[in-house]
Amino acid sequence: MSYATRFAAPLTCLLLSLTAHAADVPGRSAEGRNPEGLKAGVFDPAREAPDFSVRGSDGSALTLSRYRGKVVLLGFGYTHCPNVCPVTLAVLAQARRQLGPLGSQVQVIYLTVDPERDQAERLKQYLAAFDPTFVGGTGSAAQMAAVRLSYGVTAEKHGTGSDYAVAHSSFVYLITRDGKLRALMPFGHKADDYVHDIAMLLN
Amino acid sequence: MAMAMAVVTVAALAALAWAAFTPVTFASREETFEIPKGTWARRMAGNKVEILPSRVFLTLGIRDVLLLKNMDDVPQIFGPTLMMPGQSFRLPFEVASSYQFACTAHASGQMTVVVVEQPDTPWRRLAWRTRKILRTVA
Repeated sequence: MSYATRFAAPLTCLLLSLTAHAADVPGRSAEGRNPEGLKAGVFDPAREAPDFSVRGSDGSALTLSRYRGKVVLLGFGYTHCPNVCPVTLAVLAQARRQLGPLGSQVQVIYLTVDPERDQAERLKQYLAAFDPTFVGGTGSAAQMAAVRLSYGVTAEKHGTGSDYAVAHSSFVYLITRDGKLRALMPFGHKADDYVHDIAMLLN
Repeated sequence: MAMAMAVVTVAALAALAWAAFTPVTFASREETFEIPKGTWARRMAGNKVEILPSRVFLTLGIRDVLLLKNMDDVPQIFGPTLMMPGQSFRLPFEVASSYQFACTAHASGQMTVVVVEQPDTPWRRLAWRTRKILRTVA
């Protein structure tokens, strides 16, 4: 009997048993989801969302506590942002539309990371293009840096002259009706994911 | 000599068959990174403490949850976010892609989470395991 023949039988048995074993591939289960079923990243325990007082795009003082009772979607960006901010705001506007009547219980707040160029009036016009209920916030550079620090948001100016860019954190914080910083939605999620999580937080 | 060659060949084929046919599994879906107590003090003392790699690799359906824990006594910027002492952050992924997060803990200022599809065919399992070994030895 040749060596090949001698080893063919056990090798065949091994391959057959492995094939049978491989058929038992675990499917995607709910195990990977967050306990509450949120699609966003979840903080445990949720901490009190840091309050702030900045100049609102509606002309009044903008505080987070003003929106107690609503689910707040808090984002950081700037009106000259070429790609991330327009996408994020468009997704948030779509999610709010998809929520229908529940949308009135949601408030989007967008704080600028570029207070040098983003004055209240400019923010108002920019945000209104996505959804007129969106509120922007601006202030002095030190004021806005303090807010970013309290949330762990990064923003770094790149370039010189008037055509600079600001690299910044691109996620959106989900804040509960009672002001808890519950979750963080990374950039790239679709409106459906926001609708899913907002509905859960509202309930 | 021929006998030894045959044994080695069979062993190699068996190893390849195992890598190709055995499903990839983990005990937990969570890839956990933890800031241990005393990290801030060690950093203040001038020690370099690296906890979170600049690239994290996840696989859908098998290990697709990033779990960060801050067990230190002070707030820490960890990955994409600020975490309070004793707080954890659990981020599930549902779409295979490369996710960039701003992260001041890394020299590049960025952290990347690479999420790949579940290897559900023998060839993909073999490729997945090969890449994992290469990343480990790199």
